[in-house]
Amino acid sequence: MKLSLGPILYYWPIDQVRAFYTQAKDWPVDIVYLGEVVCSKRRELRLLDWLKIADMLEAAGKEVVLSTLALLEAESELKALQKICDNGDFKVEANDMAAVHLINSRPFVAGPHLNIYNVSSLQLMQETGAIRWVMPVELSAKTLGELQAQRPAGLETEVFAYGHMPLAFSARCFTARAHNVPKDACELRCIEYPVGMPLQTQEDQELFLINGIQLQSGLASNLLGEVDTLRELKVDVLRLSPQLEGMPQIVTAFDAARNGKQSKAIDNLMAAGTEWCNGYWHGEAGMLNVSAVLK
Amino acid sequence: MDSVTRHMDLVCPAGSLPALKAAVDNGADAVYLGFRNATNARNFPGLNFDLDEIQQGMAYARQHSVRVLLALNTFPQPAHWSQWTSAVDEAAELGVDAVIMADPGLMRYAARQHPQLRLHLSVQGSATNRHSIRFYYEEFGIKQVVLPRVLSLSQVRQVIVAASPVEVEVFGFGSLCIMVEGRCALSSYVTGESPNTCGVCSPARAVRWEETPRGRQARLNGVLIDRYQHHEAAGYPTLCKGRFRVGDNVFYAMEEPTSLNTLDILPELMKLGVAAVKVEGRQRSPAYVAQVTRVMRAALDACYQDPDNYQPRVDWLAELDKVSEGQSHTLGALHRPWQ
Repeated sequence: MKLSLGPILYYWPIDQVRAFYTQAKDWPVDIVYLGEVVCSKRRELRLLDWLKIADMLEAAGKEVVLSTLALLEAESELKALQKICDNGDFKVEANDMAAVHLINSRPFVAGPHLNIYNVSSLQLMQETGAIRWVMPVELSAKTLGELQAQRPAGLETEVFAYGHMPLAFSARCFTARAHNVPKDACELRCIEYPVGMPLQTQEDQELFLINGIQLQSGLASNLLGEVDTLRELKVDVLRLSPQLEGMPQIVTAFDAARNGKQSKAIDNLMAAGTEWCNGYWHGEAGMLNVSAVLK
Repeated sequence: MDSVTRHMDLVCPAGSLPALKAAVDNGADAVYLGFRNATNARNFPGLNFDLDEIQQGMAYARQHSVRVLLALNTFPQPAHWSQWTSAVDEAAELGVDAVIMADPGLMRYAARQHPQLRLHLSVQGSATNRHSIRFYYEEFGIKQVVLPRVLSLSQVRQVIVAASPVEVEVFGFGSLCIMVEGRCALSSYVTGESPNTCGVCSPARAVRWEETPRGRQARLNGVLIDRYQHHEAAGYPTLCKGRFRVGDNVFYAMEEPTSLNTLDILPELMKLGVAAVKVEGRQRSPAYVAQVTRVMRAALDACYQDPDNYQPRVDWLAELDKVSEGQSHTLGALHRPWQ
């Protein structure tokens, strides 16, 4: 199984982004997804900046894929998308059918926001040029097994294996709302929240993370304990979603697990069971930690 | 009259046979409905139609020259795939005027098996731009698209100009979904069931009400969604409409309960070339459907006859506010000044 780094979902300053990928080039990950997926107003990095990072990572032996926005409305966003699709060097991850349309049969990755829930949709993606698809976060191992049994030839499968799951997108900005400012006067305040902004119930339960126009799961999804099943299901790629803290340890743990090795990093990541969840994988509410419940 | 003005269809919800009749009797041009199972995104207990009821409903609608649209707008998974394809086959056999679909795989099936069946892209299909609409048009020949409730008026205009020959339908009245429809898994994160997977959002079976000294509490699968003081009206505990803590504040962190109401901008929508205006609410009562359909019919007719002097009447707004969620209304994203 290959490991991938998903796109950075938060708004980090450019220096932090560069520092992150300078480190990442030495990590045992095979694929790196680059680019802005959440909000077109985030412009710390321009396409040229991303392409420089892409060259650096490719030179280090990584497969690089350029990710794209999940919510496209304005003409300016469509133009930016077109540029990414026409970059000529790197494959693109489509997160909206607009990207699939613009990629126009060149090889691409069908991202987690395209809503691929059945074999017919997999076939459609393969017919339009997909070489890999990313399972929607809300599907279970059982459903994945049924999809894998009939997956079209030549299509790799990637599963979101660690990180706060992207759950919803809106035209509204919840970070701006929390600051009581309208979205058009947001002043890009999400840059102050490199790990997202916690949204809790009135009983202090961690429910969601606010990340601009996106809502994420309050708990990180963690499929480290499911690596054997993922392998049996012939999953090709495990996606690790970039976190501000502890990313080297997360990568180390998954690298050890995919190679069937023991590691202190695995024990550390599996501890603190109240801080992560895996309910979707077991066909339950996503927020649950099913193994913790079973114990 | 302006050369670009056109008649906009009024598309009304029918969660039951009485609601269908209410819509037809009060002036709908089309009604939309679903089978009584997970093939549609309003899979609530006590709602929707079996085959016999659909036939009765279609007969009634046809007598009054009202079209019937069937919503098959959830995302089937392999274990139940045949239930969805059977539903498509039945829709074709029944001769409904169109099916409203969201799942790309199911549209692929419909376009191949029933090329004569008219396809509308559901709001759950998340098509917010012209390239996405173009994709669905070229792949499946969709004839109409329902736009998610996240676009501003100027964005709606751009989509209409570029979407041709695909007709554009927008939401005109009803509960306001603030997330991009089809891209929201908040409900399944908390309950295991979402609009995409099960056709439900914040399912009733997971709702629990509690009277406590601190007020009336609404829980969803154990998670506290809101707490109401005695003077406050309690709303249904939909996740995006709860009061939560962010930093030091407890507030409607996503959206205040309110309804979308486009009465103010009907002339603009008509001049943009919007083909149809949709009323939300298959889960609502026949009385709601009758009231909203009657007001929207009157407003659309007034707007069509004299768009330049059209003004929403005070009694229309009052009627609609009475049935609104949170008893207030908004233009939603349509009035967004930016972009």
